[in-house]
Amino acid sequence: MTNTTYAQDDIRRLHRLMALMTGDEKHSPAATSTLDALWVLYDRVLRVSPATARDPGRDRFLLSKGHGPMAYYAVLAEKGFVEEEALSGFGGYDSPLGHHPDRTLVPGVEIGSGSLGHGLPLAVGSVLGLRAQGLTEPRVWVLIGDAELDEGSNHEALAYAGPAGLEQLHTLVIDNSSASYGWPGGIASRFSAAGWSAETVDGRDHQALYAAYTAPHPGRPRAVVARVEPKS
Amino acid sequence: MDTMRDRFIATTTRLLDDDPRLALLLAEISKDGFQQALLRHPERVINVGIREQLLIGAGGGMALTGMRPIMHTFASFLVERPFEQVKLDFGHQGVHGILVSAGGSYDWPASGFTHMSPGDVALMDTLDGWTVHVPGHPDEAEALLREAAAGDGSVYLRLSVHANSSPQPIGGGGFTPLREGSRGVVVAVGPMLDHTLAATEGLDVTVLYATTVRPFDGEGLRRAVAGARPDVVLVEPYLAGTSTAVANDALAEVPHRVLGLGIGRRELRRYGSVEEHLAGQGLDPASLRARIAAFLS
Repeated sequence: MTNTTYAQDDIRRLHRLMALMTGDEKHSPAATSTLDALWVLYDRVLRVSPATARDPGRDRFLLSKGHGPMAYYAVLAEKGFVEEEALSGFGGYDSPLGHHPDRTLVPGVEIGSGSLGHGLPLAVGSVLGLRAQGLTEPRVWVLIGDAELDEGSNHEALAYAGPAGLEQLHTLVIDNSSASYGWPGGIASRFSAAGWSAETVDGRDHQALYAAYTAPHPGRPRAVVARVEPKS
Repeated sequence: MDTMRDRFIATTTRLLDDDPRLALLLAEISKDGFQQALLRHPERVINVGIREQLLIGAGGGMALTGMRPIMHTFASFLVERPFEQVKLDFGHQGVHGILVSAGGSYDWPASGFTHMSPGDVALMDTLDGWTVHVPGHPDEAEALLREAAAGDGSVYLRLSVHANSSPQPIGGGGFTPLREGSRGVVVAVGPMLDHTLAATEGLDVTVLYATTVRPFDGEGLRRAVAGARPDVVLVEPYLAGTSTAVANDALAEVPHRVLGLGIGRRELRRYGSVEEHLAGQGLDPASLRARIAAFLS
């Protein structure tokens, strides 16, 4: 285990925040599967804060796997995008925090999601839009699940982004072995075959996640497959 | 005469030169026509291959970064195939773009039903806030495209090889009265105008011409109905009855009748020509005249 005590404290704080949200127990395994990967991304990699949430030069994070967003909201609360008090209203009529996020209701949320297979195409377009405006610094991250990779729209985006050389694009695949037919040969091989830089890591190992997130990948998009406990 | 699609290609190529906010996304269809634009603006003219879900999703992503995307392919593949992308990647994200289709309901009859999209406008009608333009002439298509490119909203521009012999002025979204009469009101949409004018020749009816069907010019229809018997015939180049509900809503305070003419749901399973398909759908001048006269008699 390469996680530091400090990181464990972070995760404990996030669990406390997640515990404030109730009412979507159906999706809570899906929520914890993303927790470590999201935290390392927001804490150490993404160049975005509440102050720069509308800055054209910010990094973008697109939560495509919109179900089970408790870890996401907890991270957003910890980073100051969302008021901690809002968490207890999770899923309520007056709450901005739904069981699937809505970008028009929460600052810092880049896309509304829930329907699977929309985030990666939107991320591709975000990179194209940034590039067309000369913004080659901001990086675009999108989080999908291994079962979400079943969606054909993701394969359209995956197959285009590699040959198009979208270096600013990063896909984080949370692999909790939830796809019914699995991915023979491994998920990373699908990305590699399409010309991406791809790596599989332990999705609970903060140091491994950080190293995979920050590895150079000149001229190619990057996929990081974070493996966590099956069906977690 | 060039086609609306030819005009779309020429006009968009010029607009891309002038407006750095515009981007064009293609899924192979029309890429030959856009060769020059692809070379001149490789960052803003994107061909994603035969990937229609990505076409719309990537357009939505570009819109999220502040660009104004124009997405183009045949109507079947632009609206019907990736419909959830249109619904979520624009409407739900709260961003806007321009969909420009070709093919319409019967543009290429020899290819059969796979390339016909009579349901596109009805499908778009299930979404909020889309402006729907159905030009009847390449000049109208160009004017509506320029207006859409300069604006900020979500626009569906439906192009067809079926066109009227001469253009009408584009009048700010409202229906244009072309004839006045007392026995009823006939609304001709886009390319249906020539046949509708021929069909109503000598009939004592008001004829309104519409190129913008959403938002529906309810005020214009109410004005026309105030000067004629409140019997309304809609002649549309897509699914029959597509605008019947909005016409009824516009006339909610007036006792009235509405007849919706257009393409039937039943597949004709015929190849042939545009004219043959219009006749097969009862939309040639003689059939239209018989149906309109029977309704208004």
